[in-house]
Amino acid sequence: MAAPFPTRKQEEWRYADLDALRPVWEQFAEPRTLTIGAGESFEDVWLPTADDVHVRRVQIALEPGAKTRLFVLNTAPVYGRIELDVSLDEGSEFDLFGANIGTGLSTNEIVTVVKHIGVGGRSRQTIRSVLNGKATGSYLGRVEVARGAQQTDADQSVKAMLLDRGATANCKPELEIFADDVKCAHGATVGELDAMQLFYAESRGLDPVSARALLLEGFVMGLWDGIENAAQHESIATAAKDALRRVV
Amino acid sequence: MLEITNLHATVADKPILNGVTLDVPAGEVHAIMGPNGSGKSTLAYVLAGRPGYAVSEGGTTFDGRDLLAMAPHERAAAGLFLGFQYPVEIPGVSYLQFLRESLNSQRRSRGEDELSAGDFIKLAREQAKLLGMDAEMLKRPVNVGFSGGEKKRAEMVQMGILAPKFALLDETDSGLDIDALKAVGEGINRIMRAPDKGGLLITHYERLLEYVRPDRVHVLQAGRITRSGDIDLARELENTGYAEAAA
Repeated sequence: MAAPFPTRKQEEWRYADLDALRPVWEQFAEPRTLTIGAGESFEDVWLPTADDVHVRRVQIALEPGAKTRLFVLNTAPVYGRIELDVSLDEGSEFDLFGANIGTGLSTNEIVTVVKHIGVGGRSRQTIRSVLNGKATGSYLGRVEVARGAQQTDADQSVKAMLLDRGATANCKPELEIFADDVKCAHGATVGELDAMQLFYAESRGLDPVSARALLLEGFVMGLWDGIENAAQHESIATAAKDALRRVV
Repeated sequence: MLEITNLHATVADKPILNGVTLDVPAGEVHAIMGPNGSGKSTLAYVLAGRPGYAVSEGGTTFDGRDLLAMAPHERAAAGLFLGFQYPVEIPGVSYLQFLRESLNSQRRSRGEDELSAGDFIKLAREQAKLLGMDAEMLKRPVNVGFSGGEKKRAEMVQMGILAPKFALLDETDSGLDIDALKAVGEGINRIMRAPDKGGLLITHYERLLEYVRPDRVHVLQAGRITRSGDIDLARELENTGYAEAAA
């Protein structure tokens, strides 16, 4: 039987567009599961689809020494949700590079729970959101460090750029730590395009729209630098540029 | 070429320029000197079109066109270049991408063909080399992690690549060591000294002027040109200071 439909009282669904989710819930109710075997490496690039509502719910188990890197572009026209539940066993590494790019009335969110259950795991989450109109972009990320998961190194860097007054960014990095020898860093900022940077670019000959687009590319495109597969890099970079052009 | 007539400007409703009149004909480079707070940078920003700098009276033409009616990027395409006193950092955008898009945007608006990636890189390398800057630095994000001197050199590399008709240089010489100062001075002469080009150098120091040899030197005080002369005026100011010179 499918899992019960979520409610806003659940923290991890607090900013979700449940009305948009309801008609498609059946197909997403059960998260996909993925196990990365001991010492294996896995890299994947998740592109948006043409659907108005696009949800991915994935549980990932990293066995000792496994490595996973995910690159995610979340830019659904109505509701996009990337939900990850990741567990890291001893010495494993998890990197997430994600962008929410939203326009109009859309809601795009990245919701993660990263559980460090073994010694010496490392996780990095880097999230950038660019929002205009009345769009909402959220990152809710909980890092849990289990008792005994010493030498855990966890980092969350979350930045959002609001292009219009009506846009909303929710940035909520959370830590729950039950070990005493760990390094857990998190930072969150919400801002707008810098007027001096815009003037500098315009003074060099870029029209205002191109100048804005260039600054936004600078804000987002670095996320994809680490993608090893050139074709995948190209496809997510192109999709991100297209999405930025829609919000600029 | 650049004709400034009775220019009054305010910043946050505070009058800063109080009637600047200045004519820089084609083929000449002029210098503006003046004490802190006299309005030098405001003049540069007003001419380049920085938002928030409001012209309340007077006007400026550039090659006979109404400069103040143009948007900042149109002024650039018309051939005006502002060398910033504090060059701005743009994280995530490489110098090569920034300048290539800027140059091609200017070229498009002038009805010229865009430069190919290969031709652009060749041009950029050439200009970096002429100004003694490691071309590898152009792969880095715009001004991020550059020292003060490197930023000023990079402004000159930009000027070399964009090849403007008129350069407005706001304290490009401040914060430079002697070698960098010489490189900047030579850069200005190489890029801007031509019968159909012109320049206006804003500076505190006479030293750069020994390299560039301006055709005229003006003193800006309290938002107005109070004296004009040749390079001897700059030398005199260096010895006496502004307070005495105004007396």
